[in-house]
Order: sequence, then structure tokens, then C-alpha cells
Amino acid sequence: MKRHKDLLLHGNEACAMGALAAGMRLFAGYPITPSTEIAEFLSVELPKVGGTFIQMEDEISSMGAIIGASLAGVKSMTATSGPGFSLMQENLGFAAMAEIPCVLVNVMRGGPSTGMPTRPSQGDVMQSRWGTHGAHPIIVLSPQSVLECYTLTIHAFNLAEKYRSPVIMLMDGIVGHMWENVQLPEKIEVIDRPEPSVPPDWYNPYDNLPGGEIVPLVPFGEGYRYHVTGMVHDKSGYPTLIHEEVEQCLDKLIYKIKNNLHDIIRIEEYMLEDADICIVAHGSVARSAREAVNIARNEGLKVGLLRPITLWPFPRFHLENISKKVKLFVVPEMNYGQVYGEVLKSCPKRAVRVTRVDGELVTPAQIMEKIEGAAL
Amino acid sequence: MIHTSETMYKYLRPDKKFPHVWCAGCGIGIVMGALVRAIERTGFTKDEIVLVSGIGCSGRMSTYLDFNTLHTTHGRALSFATGIKLANPELNIIVVMGDGDATAIGGNHLIHTCRRNIDLTALIINNNIYGMTGGQYSPTTPMECKASTAQYGTIEKPFDICKLVEACGASFVARSTTYHAKMLDAMLSRAIDKKGFSVVEALSQCPVQYGRRNKKGSAVDMMMWYKDNSLSNPAFKKIPPGEVGEQFPVGILVDLDEPDYLERYSQIVKKAGGDRL
Repeated sequence: MKRHKDLLLHGNEACAMGALAAGMRLFAGYPITPSTEIAEFLSVELPKVGGTFIQMEDEISSMGAIIGASLAGVKSMTATSGPGFSLMQENLGFAAMAEIPCVLVNVMRGGPSTGMPTRPSQGDVMQSRWGTHGAHPIIVLSPQSVLECYTLTIHAFNLAEKYRSPVIMLMDGIVGHMWENVQLPEKIEVIDRPEPSVPPDWYNPYDNLPGGEIVPLVPFGEGYRYHVTGMVHDKSGYPTLIHEEVEQCLDKLIYKIKNNLHDIIRIEEYMLEDADICIVAHGSVARSAREAVNIARNEGLKVGLLRPITLWPFPRFHLENISKKVKLFVVPEMNYGQVYGEVLKSCPKRAVRVTRVDGELVTPAQIMEKIEGAAL
Repeated sequence: MIHTSETMYKYLRPDKKFPHVWCAGCGIGIVMGALVRAIERTGFTKDEIVLVSGIGCSGRMSTYLDFNTLHTTHGRALSFATGIKLANPELNIIVVMGDGDATAIGGNHLIHTCRRNIDLTALIINNNIYGMTGGQYSPTTPMECKASTAQYGTIEKPFDICKLVEACGASFVARSTTYHAKMLDAMLSRAIDKKGFSVVEALSQCPVQYGRRNKKGSAVDMMMWYKDNSLSNPAFKKIPPGEVGEQFPVGILVDLDEPDYLERYSQIVKKAGGDRL
């Protein structure tokens, strides 16, 4: 694929291009608005680079197929939206439990249920965190622009390989369907799966290594025969019900993310140095929020913006640091206040929300109304 | 016998997770033995085989055998297997499922895998019941049978798995039983060698959850029932329609030579100007 200097791109297209640049060579998906362009684009482009595109019978099997491909050593991805995301939860949990690197793109539309297929939303913030049964951490990224659809998808693959974890690209329908002129970066960092450092007889795919080092996942067929299961397993991968082993298995999932928050969490701060009010916004809403900051500053109001690029794990420490300086948090979202709830956890009684669930985008004026009403 | 034991030992993971979970009299061990002999016969190394299984009694088989093994979610084994095959066509993938796993919760995946004709071997162990969860009726429980969720008898018409997969386009379809263990390993080695999607249905007794409730006798009685009611396919076809009682055909039922999915996909790659395989 040639990398052009200036391109007019669609968010979904940029996401698919980012995946190709990251080395993704198998896509399995099922058509659903507003994510379908990703599948359409890859059905054309993947065969050109010797990769595989397959349209599966549903989202359940799409998620299963990308896990299988990853186990065979190929970087893989699927893309979907709300109802399909619900169907993927079962195998997403499997990927988390069995520690299989893969990327799931969810271009959010209005819900619940069939909801508003052609209207954007940010209604899956909590589903992306808590949608599966049981408890496991997850990495979720939220792009705000077409360029970020490209760069963050590459980053998503890197995180997936680095932490042997499924990673979710949580795009809202606006970002996915937005057209922008972009300059793709000339140089990108691509992390590939590391080689194992031990011979097959010593290989334990789920070992707890000192310092939290993550065991490389050796592809099937390379002489490292091992067992992979969604059941709680011991370090060699076999099912176990021994208390200590159960705890080790589940704790490890938590700590491999928790111990690396500094590496995983990305945020963007805008005019926060002297701010009295901090807007917390992600995705397309962050674009409106940035504009609101500019308007507020023109009016002499000290307003800044915190944009979580990594939505999960949630940048709680950043928020807590900012909360020492600011008087109020304003949290605009295209849902009833899912990130708002997280902000409240860190800064109780000092946050207000701006919600919008009617399928229209949050406007800077709407955010300004809340800021002006706060009467500081 | 000595040879058989040696072969089994070669493929088991004896120091890992034994004793196994299967009840006394269960047929799944016989099916596992047939599968091991079939793989031995095909000559593939352990590294070249991927054994994928679903959930249920049959799903535990992947834990015990020394291949690249993957124990997936309920009904989804074929989806995972599809991804593995497309990512690495060199691997030989065998997918072990139960009747509920393959035809109820995984029914959609089964019919579409047939239609795509992906080069996988599906071994469906049909014991007519959900054994692991305690004997609930499955899509292959015969009519008017008792199950823990059908205390008054089943009222749903059962699937004929072989007819189902044949209609959906599988390249190779065969049926055997735990009584016909040697035939089963012959069917399985043919299926593994076959290019395209192959399905082998292994009828297997569940004396504990299905046999006991339905007065089918001991495990041996149930195996004898397979012997008494099975016919070769040509003999079965001679029975006039309407006179088929409980009899069923065993052996190879379908054997087609059709391009498999990857062969067709390589044409797509060519059209797109790509390079692969």
C-alpha cells in the first residue's frame, strides 16, 4: 500500500488502513451500520496483500475466527456496532481469559437494541468495559479524528501484542463516518509478536514471570504444543480448580494491565494549566468540547479540556491530579452519562453532565450553556 | 492390543489432566481412541494437527490429547477453527463437538461451514443428550424420549445430522458408531485426508443421562442396539420409504470433489493482484 501525503479519508477507511499498516492480515466480520465500510474496504485491500477477508455468518463467529487466526500467528481484527458488539461479548471474554491478542472495532450507534442504526452515539462506553461476564480488564481506545482512526488502530494492535489482550477501538458514528483531509505519518511503530525465549518443553503459555513479563504467545504449529481454554487454567493452560492457581490466573489478567497503566493510558490536555473548569470528553464530542474551550476563553472564562484517548483503563489518576486544581468538571457525552459516572467516582459532587441521546452531536453551544450556568 | 495401547499412550497427555471426566460406560473414550488411530494412520505429526473442541462432555477431549489444542466456547468451535485454517492453511484441523454443541447452539456455524466448504474435519459425537449439564434433551434426542427437561417426553422432531450437513454442502459425510470402532477410525482418516469440509458423525452411548432415563440398558446394550440397527448405505437405500424404522445407515454417505474455500479464495487473491499460498 502506497502512503500518500495528503488524503481525503473517511474515519472507517482510515481505521482499516491503520490495521493494514499494523500488519493485520485477517479480517472476519458481519455487515452492520455504521461500521460496514471497514469490511468493504478490507474485502478489496486484504487480498492484494495476500491477507484474508471473510464475511462470517454472524458477529459471534467473526470474533471466534479472529481469535483462531491470532492463535495461528496472524494479526486479526473484526468491526461491528452495538447489537453486533453485544453478540461478540462471549468470545471477547474468551480472548481476555485466554490472553489472545486481537482488535475489535466498535463504531457506536444509537441504542439500546436496534436503536438508531444511522445515528451516532457513545452508548457503549460501559459495555466495552463490563460487557462480558466475570471480571477482567480491557484496553479501549477512543479516536476523535480521521487521523486518529489510523494512528490509534496501529496503537491498538501494538497494545494487543504487547499485553496479549483484546483491544477495542471504540469509535462513535461521527468519527467513523467523518471525512477529513489527513496526512498519514511517514513513520509508524509496529510491534510484532515476540519469539519465545524457551524451548517447547519449558514453555508455559500462562506462566507468571518475575517482574510481570508477559509470555509470548507461540503460534499453533511451531512445535510448542499447548492447551488453550476459556476455563480458569494453570500456568500450562490446563483447567484448574485449585484455589491458588485460580487466583493466580485471574489476578494475572488484572495486574498485567494495572502494572502498566503509565504505558497504556494516553490522554490529551488542552488549556488546563490555569483552568477553573475542566471539560472531560472523548471521541467526536471532544471536538465540540475543544471549541467550547476556545469560546469560553474568549469570554474570559478559565476552561480547559481533558480528553481520555485511552478510555479503559480509565485515566483516574490524571483526573484526580486535575481535580486538585479545578473547581468543576463538565462531562459532555452522547449517552446518559457513562464517563460522567467515572468522573464522579474521583471527584464526587463536583461534576455536571451534558447528555445527548437523540442521535445528534453535542454542540459547543450546549457545553457553553452548562459552563455559563455553573456561575463560578 | 499392546500396539493399540502404545499408540494411545503416544498421543495422550498422561501426566497432565487425568483421570478424565467421562462416566463409566461413556462412548467418548472409544471415539477418542478411533480418532487417535485415524491420526496415526494419516501420518501427520502432532505439531501439524490442531484439535479444536466446543463445550460439553466431548469438548473435554482436547485437554487429553497432545496436539495444538483449543477448547473454545459453546457451539463456536467451527468459528475458531475457520480462523486458524485461513491464517495457516498448512495446519490440519479437527473439530470435536457434541450433538447439542454442533447442532443447537452451534447450528448456524455448522451449516455455514458446510456451505463454505472450508478444509476442516468435524467429528460430531452424538449421544442424543446434553450429558454434562445433567441430561437435558438435545436436537438429536428422539421423539417421545425422557430427559431432565422433558419429563413427559420430547415433542420435537430430531435432526438427522448427516442429512443436515449433506444438504448444506459438506464435501464428505460419514457415520459410524462406538460399536463400529474400527470403521469409525477408517471414516476419520478418510475425513482428515479429504480436502474440503468433512463431517463424521459418531453415535455414542450415554448410559448415565440418556440410557438410564429411557430404559436403554447398559452401555453394552446400547452398543448392541447400534449393531442391530445399522446398515450399510446401499442396504439402507433398498428399504422402501415408509418402512424405515429405527434403522440408520453407516459408512460413507457423501464424498464429493469440489474446490474448497481456500482454493476459491486464491482465485480472489489472483484477481486482486495479490500474492499468497
